[in-house]
Amino acid sequence: MVERAQPIKPRLGPKRDFAPWADPAASPLVRFERVAKRFGAISAVGRLSLDIFAGEFFALLGPSGCGKTTLLRLLAGFETPDEGRILLEGADLAGMPPYRRPTNMMFQSYALFPHLSVERNIAFGLEQERMPKPQIAARVEEMLALVKLEGFARRKPDRLSGGERQRVALARALAKRPKALLLDEPMAALDKKLRAETQFELIELQAKLGTTFVIVTHDQEEAMILADRMAVMERGRIVQVGTPAEIYEQPSSRYVADFVGDVNLLEGRLTATGASESLVHGNGGVQLRIAQPVDAAPGALVWVALRPEKVRIGLERPTEARENALAGTVVDVGYLGNLSVYKVRLDDGALMTATLSNRTRLVERTIGWNDRVWLSWPPEAAIVLTR
Amino acid sequence: MRKGLSSFNLVSAALGLAFLYLPIAILVIYSFNASRLVTVWGGWSLAWYRELLADGAMLESAWVSVRVALVSATAATILGTLAAVALARGGRFRGRLLFTGLLYAPLVMPEVITGLALLLLFVAIGLDRGFWTITIAHTSVTLCFVAVVVESRLLTFDRSLEEAAMDLGAPPLRSFLLVILPLIWPAIAAGFLLAFTLSLDDLVIASFTTGPGATTLPIRIYSEVRLGVKPEINAICTLMIVLVALGVIAAAVLNRGRASRRAEAVDLTAKL
Repeated sequence: MVERAQPIKPRLGPKRDFAPWADPAASPLVRFERVAKRFGAISAVGRLSLDIFAGEFFALLGPSGCGKTTLLRLLAGFETPDEGRILLEGADLAGMPPYRRPTNMMFQSYALFPHLSVERNIAFGLEQERMPKPQIAARVEEMLALVKLEGFARRKPDRLSGGERQRVALARALAKRPKALLLDEPMAALDKKLRAETQFELIELQAKLGTTFVIVTHDQEEAMILADRMAVMERGRIVQVGTPAEIYEQPSSRYVADFVGDVNLLEGRLTATGASESLVHGNGGVQLRIAQPVDAAPGALVWVALRPEKVRIGLERPTEARENALAGTVVDVGYLGNLSVYKVRLDDGALMTATLSNRTRLVERTIGWNDRVWLSWPPEAAIVLTR
Repeated sequence: MRKGLSSFNLVSAALGLAFLYLPIAILVIYSFNASRLVTVWGGWSLAWYRELLADGAMLESAWVSVRVALVSATAATILGTLAAVALARGGRFRGRLLFTGLLYAPLVMPEVITGLALLLLFVAIGLDRGFWTITIAHTSVTLCFVAVVVESRLLTFDRSLEEAAMDLGAPPLRSFLLVILPLIWPAIAAGFLLAFTLSLDDLVIASFTTGPGATTLPIRIYSEVRLGVKPEINAICTLMIVLVALGVIAAAVLNRGRASRRAEAVDLTAKL
């Protein structure tokens, strides 16, 4: 995948200063406490702890088989944990069947009832709690307006397009006003353009309702666009939790750096570390300067992680003394319209990627195949990873 | 794509159909025979149908058969559906494979053995043979057919539908009644019709488990034919064929209606 400018979630008015996770006095809406779940001999979720706060849009991100869907199903009550506890507003959910939990799920397949009309689908959950008929009718109407499907009330699901079905599923899951809405890969079945539109509608909807949304996705871009915070998962464990910007700019490991966005990883040995700066001896014999203390002893194996859009590419060696600079040869140039991607073979054999945004309409590029170039970046651009 | 049938296919189809339906066609035609002799054509007539309506014993047997078929098919449908739900939705419970095997074994069990086993059971527990023993026997034989039909339907639909129903607050029984049952009822109806027709035309098991006052139609026909074929038998058989055919066509139409609606919907979404 080619790196594009990472969209940072637009902070809507009421959510601008929203950060309950940073408040030590705040108590979480959902708390996973050392939760483990095994299927036969396979561990799907391994002693995992996680707090999700009321009003958050939280994303569980990871490749398929990492346990993110199992985690969601544990919360919905479709699976029971082998170890640990799941708390909702401080109360243990153990033994509470899915039909009593104040959470609702939007399924990947949407799971609309094919024999019921759109309005009966949305009313289904309300009928189960024996809400009076006039109230149900009012709530259904409200939900149809919320997802902009007025006029579709009497249609059967097989007469709807994919996008409309997705909205019905969303309306049905929101109709009971759940404490938390669980979304399992909600946009997997939509095409790219519709997905982008739906993502922004979902953000707006969540900000408007204030309901806690927990979404499962394998698409890092989707997680970054939607979430207030996200958890990156790997083989049943959470490897990092944070805001999209934290995860992107300060990944905790090579796995996270590589999974979320594109990254150049340069292997080296830590030579010195101080309060504000560290030096890494790269494999190519070049000293790299990083504006960050590193929690490792000198001589340790480390990786310098550098996003392609933070690399400068030029024909001349930069004159600024603090600037890190590596020489190499261009082996590939990709033109993407908004960006150009340069693949550069360094003199030590490693491959690095640099992206440049195309600011002018000039078609002729000054740097091309087989050109000798200098890649450079300031000490503040890269991060040192020890894992 | 296919363009009609080749002449080879046409001949094979004609041969197969002739082999299947020629005897039945002859039986139906001869039921309208004016002649008393079964093998001689004497012109069209409804005489044997009139005679049939006057034959109290034959009508009595027909009534017994219909009652046995209705009661046993109803019981088999309920039990077979429950078994199918347990198999398709029970997950990996202990002894699942054994249960499946036990449920499906009667499909291939020789009827003579089933009949004899049931007879021995009824004798052992001292149950007087008659209407209820035939009904119980037919229930146990046709149950597995219902289970097969219903289970195959259950396996084709999205498991998350039930989870969605539960997630929205419906306990398991309610989600079954509100979501699963409406979706599988064509299969249940088809299973019922299958059980009904199997019970209606069963001779072997009925003769093992019958008793005084409970002579089903196939038993009556069989015993009369041994004394010589009367054209009246052709008439009753024709009526049975009509009844069974109506049931089968009803089941097919019922399933086709749903299938074509679905195909239409797929067509529609493809256009959008």
